[in-house]
Amino acid sequence: MAETVYPRIIASRVRGQLAYPWSFALDVAAQVIGQAFELVTIVVIFTQVTTLGGFTASEVVLIYGLAATAFALTDLAVGQVEELPTFIRTGELDVMLLRPLRALPQLLTADIALKRLGRVVVGVAALGYALASNNIVWSPVTVLVAITAPLLGAVILGSIWVAANALSFWLIDSSEVARGITYGSGFATSYPITVFGPWLRRILCFAVPSAFIAYFPALALLGRPDPLGLPELLRYSAPPVALLCIAAAALVWRSGIRRYQSTGS
Amino acid sequence: MIIETDGLRRDFLVGTRLRRRRVVAVRDVTLNVAPGEAVGFLGPNGAGKSTTIKMLTGVLVPTSGSASVCGLDPVRERRELGKRIGVVFGQRSQLWWDLPLEESFDLHGAIHKVPAARYEERLEECVELLDMTSFLRTPVRQLSLGQRMRGEVTAALLHSPELLVLDEPTIGLDLASKERLRSFLSAVNARGEVTLLLTTHDLPDVERLCRRVVVIDHGRVLVDDELSTLRRRFAGNRTLVVELTAPAEALAGLTGVVDVQVEAQGMRQRLAFGAGTSAAELIAEVARRVELRDVTVDEPSIEDLVRTLYASSRPA
Repeated sequence: MAETVYPRIIASRVRGQLAYPWSFALDVAAQVIGQAFELVTIVVIFTQVTTLGGFTASEVVLIYGLAATAFALTDLAVGQVEELPTFIRTGELDVMLLRPLRALPQLLTADIALKRLGRVVVGVAALGYALASNNIVWSPVTVLVAITAPLLGAVILGSIWVAANALSFWLIDSSEVARGITYGSGFATSYPITVFGPWLRRILCFAVPSAFIAYFPALALLGRPDPLGLPELLRYSAPPVALLCIAAAALVWRSGIRRYQSTGS
Repeated sequence: MIIETDGLRRDFLVGTRLRRRRVVAVRDVTLNVAPGEAVGFLGPNGAGKSTTIKMLTGVLVPTSGSASVCGLDPVRERRELGKRIGVVFGQRSQLWWDLPLEESFDLHGAIHKVPAARYEERLEECVELLDMTSFLRTPVRQLSLGQRMRGEVTAALLHSPELLVLDEPTIGLDLASKERLRSFLSAVNARGEVTLLLTTHDLPDVERLCRRVVVIDHGRVLVDDELSTLRRRFAGNRTLVVELTAPAEALAGLTGVVDVQVEAQGMRQRLAFGAGTSAAELIAEVARRVELRDVTVDEPSIEDLVRTLYASSRPA
C-alpha cells in the first residue's frame, strides 16, 4: 500500500514547525484564546438567562465541548483543504497528480498546522468539565458515545469541509462560500439546535447534518427528553450519518478532480 | 513505443457563461517515441506544448484522440504511470520547500517505494555528477534556482523512470548551470535507461540533448525530424555582431553575407549570413578589413526556426 508513506510525510511537516519553538508556542496560545472566546460568549449569555433553548448552562457547555472538539480535530486533520484554490492556481495540484498517490491525502498532508492543537485542548477541557458537571449515568453506551462522538463529529464536519471546498473545481472564486459552510456549520453545532427557527433546524439536521455532531450525542449522554420530540434513534445515528457523509464527500471530490482534468486550469 | 498518441486533441472553453467560446489548444498531435530516444518538443508560447504534456502525464483528459505512455492510459492509470515517469517543470517545484534537499529526496524515494540499496546508489551518483554535496542539508527554500533545478532533476530520476519529461528545465538558469544540467541529462540518456521528452525555448538545450525534434504550432505537428536535417533545411540566417574600434561604413561584399545593419554610428554592425558560411571564415575576412574590438554570433532562435517552418509548411 502506497498509503504507508503518509506517516513520514506528516512527520516531516511536524518537524518543520517545531524548528521554531517560540513562534510555535505563541501560535498555540493564540488558538487557545481564540477558541476560548466562544466559551466566554456562552458564560455571558447565561448571566442573563437560566436556560437556553431549554438547556441549562452545563448542558450547553457539553454541546459546546463536543462541537469544539470535533471542530478542532477537523481543523487539524482537514483544514488544509481550504488551500485547494491556491493549489489549483499555482499548479501545485498538477504536481500532486503526477505522483503515484491520491490527490486528496496529499493535499491534506501538504501542511499539518500543529498550532491547531490549541483548539483541541480547549475543546477537550470543556468536554471534560461538562462530562463531570452534568449528571451523566455512565453505562457502556454512554462511555462509547462520549468517546466516539467527537471523532464521528470530526468525520462528519471533515466531509462537509472537503465537499464545500471541492466547489472550487467548478467555481473560480468559491472560497468565501466554502468558508461560510465550514465555519458556519462549526458555529451552528456549538448551540442546542432548539435555539434556531424550524427551517434552519431542519437544514442542520438533515441537509448539513451538523446536529449529529453535538446536539444528538449530547441528548444521548444526558439521557434527557428532546425538547423537539424527535425520535430517540437519531441520538445514536452518528455512525451511519458519518458513513453517508464520507461517501457524499468522496463523490463530490472525485467528480471535482474529473472536472479539473477535463477543464484544466 | 514508450509514447504513442493518435490524433490527440484538446479544447478549452474560455470566457464567461454568457460569452463562451471554444479554443483549441491541441488540434491534432500524433507522436511516436521509441524507448531511449531524446526528443525536443518545440513551439512558440501557446503552441500547445504544455497541454500535450499534461495529457501525456494524465493531468488532463484529451477531448478526443488517444494516448498511451509506457503502455498505460495516462488518465485512467495515472498513479501507476506516476511510478514509471519523472516530470520536471522549470517553473514549479516538486520538492518540499521547508525541508532540507536530502529529506525531500528521502520522501520522494519513500513515495515511489525505491528499494534502499537502489536509492543510495542512484542518489550518490546524482549528487556526484551534479555536484550537490555542499547544499544537501540546505532547506529547499534557501537554494538558488540552479541548485534547486539540480534537485528537481535528481528527484525526478530517483525512482529510475522509463520516461523523463522536462518542461523548460533551463529557464532562468545562468550559463554554467544550464551547461551542467545539459551534460548530466545527456549522460543519463546516453546510457539508454531513460527516454527524454524536453520542451524548451533554448536552442542549445536541443542541440546538446536531442537528436530528434518535434515542432508544433497552433496545436499541430509541423515537423518531426532529425535535428541535423531540420537545421539544414530550415534554419534561418545566423548573425555575426562585430564591435569596431572606429566607426566604419557598412561592410559590403563579404562572402555569404546577405544583410548588413549598422548601429551605434558605425561602431557596431550586424552581418546576417546563411547556413553555408562558416562563422570563423567570416570573422577572419572582417578582421582583414576593419579592426575588431569584440565579436558575437547570434544563433537563430527557436522562434525564428518555427516561423520559417510555419511559413514553409503552409500549402503553396
